[in-house]
Amino acid sequence: MKFRTALLGAAAAFALAPAAHAERGADGEVKVFYYQAVSTLNAYLSSGTKDVEAGSLVLEPLAGFDQDGQMFPRLAAEIPTVENGGVSADLTSITWKLKEGLVWSDGTPVTSADVKFTWEYCTHPEGGCAQGAKYEGIASIDTPDDLTVVVKFEAPKPYPYQPFTGGTAPILQKAQFEACLGAAAASCTEQNSKPIGTGPFIVTDFKVNDVVTLEANPNYRDPAKPAFGKVTLKGGGDALAAASAVMETGEFDYAWNTQINPEQQAQMEAGGKGTFVNAFGTLVERIEINMTNPDPALPEGERSTVKHPHPILTDANVRKALSMAIDRQTLVDVGYGGAGRPTCNLVPSPAFQASDNTECLTQDMEGAKALLEGAGWTDSDGDGIRDKDGKKLSLVYQTTVNPVRQDFQALVKGWWNELGVEVELKAIDPSVFFGGDAASPDTFQKFYADVEMYANNFDGTDAEPYMSQYLCDKIPGPDNQWQGENINRFCDPAYDALLKELSTTAGIEARGAMVMKLNDMLTKDTNVIIPLVDRGRFSAKSNTLDGFVMNSWDTELWNAQDWTRVK
Amino acid sequence: MTESVPPSAPPSAPETVSAAVARAERVRGPWADVWAQFRKHKGAMLALITLGVLALVCLAGPLVWRIDPNFIESDTVKMFKMRNQGPSLAHPLGTDQLGRDMLARMMFGGRISLAVGTVAMLVAIFIGTTVGVIAGYFRRLDGLLMRLTDLFLALPLLPLLLVMMFLFRDSIASTLGPRLGTFLLIVLAIGLTSWMQAARVVRGEVLALKEREFVLAARSIGTPSRRIITRHILPNVLSPVLVAATLGIAAAIITESVLSFLGLGFPPDFPTWGRLLYDGIAEIRTYPERVMWPGIAISLTVLSVNYIGDGLRDALDPRIRGR
Repeated sequence: MKFRTALLGAAAAFALAPAAHAERGADGEVKVFYYQAVSTLNAYLSSGTKDVEAGSLVLEPLAGFDQDGQMFPRLAAEIPTVENGGVSADLTSITWKLKEGLVWSDGTPVTSADVKFTWEYCTHPEGGCAQGAKYEGIASIDTPDDLTVVVKFEAPKPYPYQPFTGGTAPILQKAQFEACLGAAAASCTEQNSKPIGTGPFIVTDFKVNDVVTLEANPNYRDPAKPAFGKVTLKGGGDALAAASAVMETGEFDYAWNTQINPEQQAQMEAGGKGTFVNAFGTLVERIEINMTNPDPALPEGERSTVKHPHPILTDANVRKALSMAIDRQTLVDVGYGGAGRPTCNLVPSPAFQASDNTECLTQDMEGAKALLEGAGWTDSDGDGIRDKDGKKLSLVYQTTVNPVRQDFQALVKGWWNELGVEVELKAIDPSVFFGGDAASPDTFQKFYADVEMYANNFDGTDAEPYMSQYLCDKIPGPDNQWQGENINRFCDPAYDALLKELSTTAGIEARGAMVMKLNDMLTKDTNVIIPLVDRGRFSAKSNTLDGFVMNSWDTELWNAQDWTRVK
Repeated sequence: MTESVPPSAPPSAPETVSAAVARAERVRGPWADVWAQFRKHKGAMLALITLGVLALVCLAGPLVWRIDPNFIESDTVKMFKMRNQGPSLAHPLGTDQLGRDMLARMMFGGRISLAVGTVAMLVAIFIGTTVGVIAGYFRRLDGLLMRLTDLFLALPLLPLLLVMMFLFRDSIASTLGPRLGTFLLIVLAIGLTSWMQAARVVRGEVLALKEREFVLAARSIGTPSRRIITRHILPNVLSPVLVAATLGIAAAIITESVLSFLGLGFPPDFPTWGRLLYDGIAEIRTYPERVMWPGIAISLTVLSVNYIGDGLRDALDPRIRGR
């Protein structure tokens, strides 16, 4: 037996030996399933994650993000910082150096002109660039030589890494896209479906909203990669079908975004053909507390405005008790399984800016009750609902129509009832809730309820724009057509001051520490936001696919060049 | 004395019988005839019993089965054990994904769904019949009313419903309270958007009836229109109205669930049959019974109402009666 094992081992070693040194295309075909089918490979023309991710097999940015949210160079030779002189001391410019000898898949060299062109392409006044936010605040781009790109900003940028980083901001080839500027962008079908890139694969066939076929890029910078000679990227179906295709039938090697309920997850895993992979980013399901009074008796235009502070929720003890009464682990187990984890933070990751705020993770019903008793909220009339000064602890709790959220509502209502809080539930159609229509009473900005639940996140790893949503002057109201982002109507001069400081501070560590502080001010210090679940990316991968690393900071196909077949 | 009385007894017997029959007929009246005929329709009787049982269970059931339909075990460990159970003695219809008792939810939901279905149907039938009879009987109003009907038919119903809910929900809810307000609004909204078919069918029927001899005769002796309508027309259009009504109940139950699904119906902790059905669909692969219970309840209700309508139509038609 031992001998046989040894023999097998030896045989395997021989079989693996060539793979270790890898030959481009030696592992044959890899099949990828995006249940939302791909409609373009040009990330600048689509805000759909599926299009951005599919495009990332072909097109690359200057720098990408790894699984920990750390930036690493792709087309750039290194990451510019203030220390290495790449970022100017006054934070108004950043200088990128391209790797030497880079060529496009058609064999022509990659130059700084391509990078500059990409900026011009996305910021063209007549074009509708889906990733315009990545290029905001750029004054000019200089290209002193073929390998150097100097990005100059209009104002000091403490986080200068927005442009040209991550899967949403890849570099386009100037020669190919020159005719596609502005209004012509969308009509360049050939370019958008078969872009010339620097990535590990090139497109051989593109059927819109169906299948993309790719093969290894003969000019990829690492001669040994990619190990797969062919990629088939299939679309269609739903999350359940996608998960099943990897986990149960084994037809596919990887399926994107297989968000299915925890029971189905367990069932699929029993299939034994694959595993679920998750990675946690910044998407947090939370309960937002309204600091202003949404009473329907108030005249229209004054409901949920700063004119009328909330009668009960302005009491910090009430907010804290509401948070303490929630069992977050149960919510995860019921709603998300492997795709979620309980959190007390608004900014749960990456590690350098995630506060070590874990107090709320254990439910403390007795503590919450005692807190309310101590604050004077007692059930004086014996109806099971606490009251104080004639005000009852009675809340309207709204969210969108979604089976998981309705389960959450039912559970949270149960806990709050136990606490002595009366809860009326409301579920709103998501397109109305998030629609932002100033005439509708049901949008999340108008917040005609006491508490509301939804999820939100921020793009990339820099939390500054996200945290600046909670500034005093971002409060929505009738005067700004209810367009503010500070939907809690939270206002604290200390918070505003700290954020101002953040906007002039450079350096990842220092900024991270400040984000933590801001996060704590909104969560554990005031409980204006009650975070519940950190929702991760959740995909399925076959057991025969090796080298796959899940990433929530960039596209999930970020390291497709390193994928191999288990032999 | 004894001689005079006995001889008179035998001849009086036939008189007594015929008098009794006459009295009995007077007592029975036309509706008793209908009932007698209706009872002969086996399907209709079965349906009546089924519907009666369903209604009784929903109305009286919660008095016996005293579990709160929204009760969730607060002890997490117990709650997880109670989730997604199959039928058992403790939970005859099993439990849902949060361990809530399905029987209690079905009974609670049935109350709402049956009430919404019935009341919305009554509203729709009342409007439909009124419009249909007036349009069919009074030629001058025909064009106007039928174009109105066309207009309503052409309107996309769901957006219309949504706009109605959107405009009136808050004001009605604030005057009548959220629950009664929602109920009234849903019933009215469904009723006001589903009367058109009934109106068309009734109008066609009235147009034909108007030219029949008995109506002409009634008119020739100077019967006022109001009388002709209530006395001659309405009883004769009863059968199409009943058919429309039966279909209306089913449609109303489904429409209510659509509204709830879009977040414009009852609050999410109100388990109506339609909502239970929608909630169950997500887990049809793993727990098909979750869809089956509300599905069966809705189907049984709709089928029963259809059969009752069928039986009523037969019973109300004098040409079929007695066959």
